Amino acid sequence: MTGSADYFDEMRKPDGGVRDAYAGYCQWFDGQDNALLRRKHAEAETNFRKTGITFNVYGENEAEERLIPFDMVPRVISAAEWRKLTRGIEQRVSALNAFMHDLYHRQEIIRAGRIPERLFSNNAAWLPHMVGFTPPGGIYTHIVGIDLVRTGPDEFYVLEDNARTPSGVSYMLENRETMMAMFPELFMRVPVEQVSDYPRRLAKSLAACAPDCTRGKPVVAVLTPGIYNSAYFEHAFLADQMGAELVEGSDLRVVDGRVAMRTTHGYQPVDVIYRRVDDEFLDPLSFNEDSVLGVPGIMDVYRSGGVTIANAPGTGVADDKAIYSFMPEIVEFYTGEKPLLPNVETHRCADEESCKYVLDNLAELVVKEVHGSGGYGMLIGPTATKKEIEEFRRKIVDKPWNYIAQPTLALSTCPIFTKKGLVPRHVDLRPFVLVSPDKIDITPGGLTRVALKEGSLVVNSSQGGGTKDTWVLKD
Amino acid sequence: MLGRTANGLFWMFRYLERAENTARLLDAGLRMALTRDLVTAEEEWRSVIATAGQRVGYEAKHATYTGMQTWNHILRDKDNPSSILAMFGQVRQNARQARNAISSELWEAINEPWLEIKDQLAKPVGENRVMDTVATIRRAGTLAHGAMEGSMLRDEGYHFAQAGTFIERGDSIARILDIKYYLLLPSLSYVGSSLDTGQWDQVLRSVSGDRAYRWLNAGQIDARGICEFLILDDGFPRSLAFCHSELRANLAALARLHGQEGVSNSLMREADTRIADLTIEDVFDQGLHEFLVDFMASNVAIGQAIATDYRFLA
Repeated sequence: MTGSADYFDEMRKPDGGVRDAYAGYCQWFDGQDNALLRRKHAEAETNFRKTGITFNVYGENEAEERLIPFDMVPRVISAAEWRKLTRGIEQRVSALNAFMHDLYHRQEIIRAGRIPERLFSNNAAWLPHMVGFTPPGGIYTHIVGIDLVRTGPDEFYVLEDNARTPSGVSYMLENRETMMAMFPELFMRVPVEQVSDYPRRLAKSLAACAPDCTRGKPVVAVLTPGIYNSAYFEHAFLADQMGAELVEGSDLRVVDGRVAMRTTHGYQPVDVIYRRVDDEFLDPLSFNEDSVLGVPGIMDVYRSGGVTIANAPGTGVADDKAIYSFMPEIVEFYTGEKPLLPNVETHRCADEESCKYVLDNLAELVVKEVHGSGGYGMLIGPTATKKEIEEFRRKIVDKPWNYIAQPTLALSTCPIFTKKGLVPRHVDLRPFVLVSPDKIDITPGGLTRVALKEGSLVVNSSQGGGTKDTWVLKD
Repeated sequence: MLGRTANGLFWMFRYLERAENTARLLDAGLRMALTRDLVTAEEEWRSVIATAGQRVGYEAKHATYTGMQTWNHILRDKDNPSSILAMFGQVRQNARQARNAISSELWEAINEPWLEIKDQLAKPVGENRVMDTVATIRRAGTLAHGAMEGSMLRDEGYHFAQAGTFIERGDSIARILDIKYYLLLPSLSYVGSSLDTGQWDQVLRSVSGDRAYRWLNAGQIDARGICEFLILDDGFPRSLAFCHSELRANLAALARLHGQEGVSNSLMREADTRIADLTIEDVFDQGLHEFLVDFMASNVAIGQAIATDYRFLA
């Protein structure tokens, strides 16, 4: 396999030489028997099924559990690259947190004219319940997933901020476990930073955000919508690894001004809730009254300081792609520094001029809904049919504020293992960031998603993407 | 532990026990069908369905009793909520629900056989496969109990799981005895005779007690001896006395862990006084059917009391 001139390949240089970060891996790989590797590849899938690492695809039979395809070629990041990314991520995450606080308090950034008010005044994720309230420890975004893409040796961009409830961290952990079980000798040769203590770090970070009323060791619970949720495996996995309870809405109720869980001993107060249900389902008294996933009255307890909810309700504002487009301004406003990690150039269709540009260049652009996620509801101009483009044109003309557009990025590639040997496929990267009053803690690694189809730029698991183990090399 | 999780563990093991017992029943039926003529075999399958408590559902779909229809109904019929496939699905669902209260070993001991069973039951099961399938299901039970014994913390979760197992097992043995007794003995004058040793042998097989019974009784088979064995022999893990004493120990452990006794403990003590120093003569004097009905009712009441005592439901 040789590199391509069109895309930055992370393993191979255009002349076919191996890049430094992959030297150790390639040396090992070249000594391997191909038939054995193929067998290992099949084994990996059996292993995932056996341990039950599955997800449910929305819109399919509820009971249907799927595997996210796993590719056994690791994605490697050098220590120096990682240090640089870490600084950029820390800066961005502290800015996000400060932005949240400001948005729900004095709104200095709007007064200063740096972002327009309409951005969140018609944003469904903005919660009036949070106005004037400061969560315990002042933390809004306890767990953040920053989606990064790479286009060149030194060019990383932030594609998306996931400040609401980023998922996928169980794959980071299980992919590594699988790799270590399959190729123990590889890890003896190549020094890779560990990711396995993420659950411990998460438990510590959450405990550090406990409310003042906590007595003794903080009680942490993971709130899941239940076994039919697509990420249920991850919820159970994290609770198990943290030694926390895995609760559903029906296990919780408000007792004496605290949120309490029904145990075999009776109701016991919970201090920190790592919730994996959306804002609108949290509290049927405050939001969606039909919700059976949440806890009636939890928002009142929250506002009176009786419980920590992670991530804080209302943080979804930051996932909005129109807000994303202002992130460079936001980072500069709150940190006083230029952003270390650039945004992808983004055209807001809400602006008349940008909208015209977008409509004139649909065939070259990627168009996304501002509230969309999971790779749904987007247009990838260069691979779309004429009909699809015309459909999107109508949608944009109809609701311009609902769309943003970005150039089609030349995402970097990383090889995947196939019957025909190694072939390059496009990848992205989601590192997981933990925020507490003590520190911002980034686990060295993350979730690498890979588009398995040749030429495809869509890495989402719901759209046929796979995952890889992500290595950060030790110095 | 969450009340819901306790409920999940309790039912996970009840369903596992139920699936396993149904598989034993099927196994005994298959054995019988192999050694009998067609007419007797038809009666036998009718009795298997009746003992499994699935007569109404079966007869709604089939006018006749054949082996193939019977085992496919019990194993995998999609309209049968008590099929082994459905029950094992419940086992796994409850295991997922209680995932962070069970060890990974136990989870894998449930999940892996589930994948295999699901696969084996995806298509109708023919004569050449049915024995294997039944064996797979029975092995799944053994595997899960082994994984639990070897890897699970002896905290309340363990005792909820065990309580589920022994409540279900006691119920299943009592039901088999009750149904068989009436089916097999056309009139009460036969009680105590050695009328149909083949049928009684099959009762023993359906609780995997044939070998142990022969060992203890030097091959002599009579209804009274078998009833004594299955009701009162506390050395046999599938006797009512054994289930009763295990359940008592689990409930005592739960009370100790919670620092107080509940309704379930007092019901258990009531049941104790009824069964203490009981002889098989007492049972027959009282009437076997009456005795078994009493036992099953007390079992149900204890199960319900556990759910209330430990807040299984909101």
